[in-house]
Amino acid sequence: MLSRVADSLYWMSRYLERAEHTARLIDVDFQLRLDQSPESSAGRWLRLLEASQAPVPEDGKIDATTLTETLTLDKTNPSSIISCVAAARENLRQVREQCSSEMWEQLNRLYLQVNSTASGEAWLLHSYIFFRAVQEGSYLFQGVTDSTMAHGEGWHYIQLGRYVERTDALARLIGTHFTQLPHSPDQSVESEEYLEWVGLLKSCAAFEAYCKAYTAELRPLRVAEFLLLNPSFPHSVRFSVDMVHSALRAISELTGRKAEQPVRLAGRLRATLSFSQIEEIMASGANAYVESVRWQCLQAHASIHDIYFDYPVESALVS
Amino acid sequence: MLRPMPVPESARPLFRPPFRNYQFDSAYDEMFEAPGEPRPHYRALFQTLLELPPEEMRKSQQAADLSFLHQGITFTVYGNDQGTERVFPNDLLPRIIPNQEWRKIESGLTQRLAALNLFLEDIYNKGRILTDGVVPRELVYSCRHFRREMRGLAVPRGIYVSVCGTDLVRLPDGSFAVLEDNLRVPSGVSYMLANRKVLKKVFPTMFRDYGVSPIEHYPQALLATLRALSPPSSTTRHEPTVVLLTPGVFNSAYFEHTFLAQQMGVELVEGRDLLVHDNVVYMRTTAGLRRVDVIYRRVDDDFLDPLCFRRDSSLGVPGLFNAYRAGNVVLANAIGTGIADDKAIYAYVPAIIRYYLGEDPILANVETYLLTDRSQRSYVLEHLDELVVKAVGESGGYGMLIGTQSSAEQREDFRQRIQAEPRNYIAQPTLRLSRAPCFLEGEAQARHVDLRPYILFGENVTLVPGGLTRVALRRGSLVVNSSQGGGSKDTWVLRA
Repeated sequence: MLSRVADSLYWMSRYLERAEHTARLIDVDFQLRLDQSPESSAGRWLRLLEASQAPVPEDGKIDATTLTETLTLDKTNPSSIISCVAAARENLRQVREQCSSEMWEQLNRLYLQVNSTASGEAWLLHSYIFFRAVQEGSYLFQGVTDSTMAHGEGWHYIQLGRYVERTDALARLIGTHFTQLPHSPDQSVESEEYLEWVGLLKSCAAFEAYCKAYTAELRPLRVAEFLLLNPSFPHSVRFSVDMVHSALRAISELTGRKAEQPVRLAGRLRATLSFSQIEEIMASGANAYVESVRWQCLQAHASIHDIYFDYPVESALVS
Repeated sequence: MLRPMPVPESARPLFRPPFRNYQFDSAYDEMFEAPGEPRPHYRALFQTLLELPPEEMRKSQQAADLSFLHQGITFTVYGNDQGTERVFPNDLLPRIIPNQEWRKIESGLTQRLAALNLFLEDIYNKGRILTDGVVPRELVYSCRHFRREMRGLAVPRGIYVSVCGTDLVRLPDGSFAVLEDNLRVPSGVSYMLANRKVLKKVFPTMFRDYGVSPIEHYPQALLATLRALSPPSSTTRHEPTVVLLTPGVFNSAYFEHTFLAQQMGVELVEGRDLLVHDNVVYMRTTAGLRRVDVIYRRVDDDFLDPLCFRRDSSLGVPGLFNAYRAGNVVLANAIGTGIADDKAIYAYVPAIIRYYLGEDPILANVETYLLTDRSQRSYVLEHLDELVVKAVGESGGYGMLIGTQSSAEQREDFRQRIQAEPRNYIAQPTLRLSRAPCFLEGEAQARHVDLRPYILFGENVTLVPGGLTRVALRRGSLVVNSSQGGGSKDTWVLRA
């Protein structure tokens, strides 16, 4: 597979995952805001902005309406949903002969739908439809991808992109949440606080799955354990890292490159996550732990880039 | 006493919807022999349209448009920054060509391509045709697309042009004539295939009953053609590696490049994916470098190799020409084929056919005035308001003056340009292109059409029956190019 193609598939997948993640965050916020005082809503927006690495308005005024528009329909903001969907489509358009026509049509349709959305009061009132559509559009794309594309090298780059992005986004979200929200790890949370923790779980599409595992009693420790270390839930950090590692192993085998570095980096991270104890993590601070996860994930990303996407020609001629 | 009988409604079918406003003029009409009287091969379509509620057609058209939009079957318009991607308009009424007419087109185009290939080989080698004075030497050497780098370079099988798309028009007397040869990087074949796919969905029964020759094998035929050209060095090693070189996502025909690469199952590469080492071309893959044998290039000569042609090109591959010269890679089409589709050389094609093949041309040329000739030039300058003037090296409907539809200013502008550079222009009479019914604004309307069949030349010459019928969708317009508001429709060549 051409290096440029692999690169495009990888980034297409990352952008789409990013759009889906942002849509979920804002959707959840919109639902929570209905039950909350403006102050706690402002606090959550600050965390949301930090978690999505968006700039906080200079005057420090948190206006949910403006911010929602900036993060969704603002084409000048490169991390808005509309920009991410456009970037995903542009990446796929550059390699569209590599994917199935069903995949292209699905992503193109999502793009056309997002683009035909006009901002304004009326839109905001029914914006949940929009956020739902983005999330569903992404799910559909994944389903179409899994059932119409050969699960070969290209498919693995798509997997890789999605789970690298997810690992990073989850780690950031969990990190900011645990740093900024006062909590005592092993006590169940109550009233106003309760909504915030529900919000965190829902932002990871994890509320129902958490309840199944631990009942509806929310304890920060358990929430952290579930989101960080659960091996079978698709929006946990550990699950995402497992997927990154498997994709890298498959790619390494398929290309026959003697490049062990990305696999090794992902493997080490995978091992760390599978042997970690949540009590230890919480004792030394959840934020430090997720920062280390993010850093290792970044290392793996850089090494993928250097070995598969943009390698020096001299090294390839020798082999 | 005899009184004129009122004509029953059914005897005047022409004036029933959707043909209520169908118009005729001096141009040849593809569907009707005379007002109200369809040609035999159009009768079934005519009948279907009379019976089909216009609402049905409108729905089908909308479904087709939407499917084109969703599939992203688009082209890019240059010099227009709002929404550079545009859906290529498609018209649902097929253009039907009887088998007998097609056979003549086929043999005519085969003859023409054979002669033009011999011409290219001669021009870049001994130049006999120049010595014999059949084609003026200065016309060849002054052509912008003449590549002296190609002198004496042996191309596989002596085939310079392996993919060709020739524009045909039907004149008022019903005969086909060649308007233009496209021997560099002809495009449009993907729209031909996309149109067919849609029409099969819209008129399945009629399609089957008509007995239409299939065209779906074009990508395979193209692949076989490209493989037939592979350099001798490749066959001993492995199956030849064929790639399609595209200028990238901003090119107007990008959709087509992706489509053909996908259909052929070959890699779609950009210049930055390729590199040349020791005169061998490689592509950069995740598994390391892989050798490339045949490049179906959709990049113009100028941009292929910055070391050899335009230095500012970032679309090409440095060193590609040397690898080509060394015989380690094959380009299709070869470099420098533009000399043979120069619009001034065009006037000599009948002579070229007679010179190399000793045959009379099967397909006629359109009368062409060469502006380097003093008497022809003064005639043209006096009759600018009735002629069509074209720049010799342009394509896509750019750089053209249509006398009958021009303003005095535009004519003055062209007058000065012609006087400054007579070699750069030719003139032709304004052609009455034939007209075919199109489904527009909820009814059938007559629009001017041309026909671009695609010819492949590898092991042997292959034509898929049909081609792209392009339509000038604006009322009265004679320009069919997609960049100038044209659309297209499916072309049915009948099996018998």
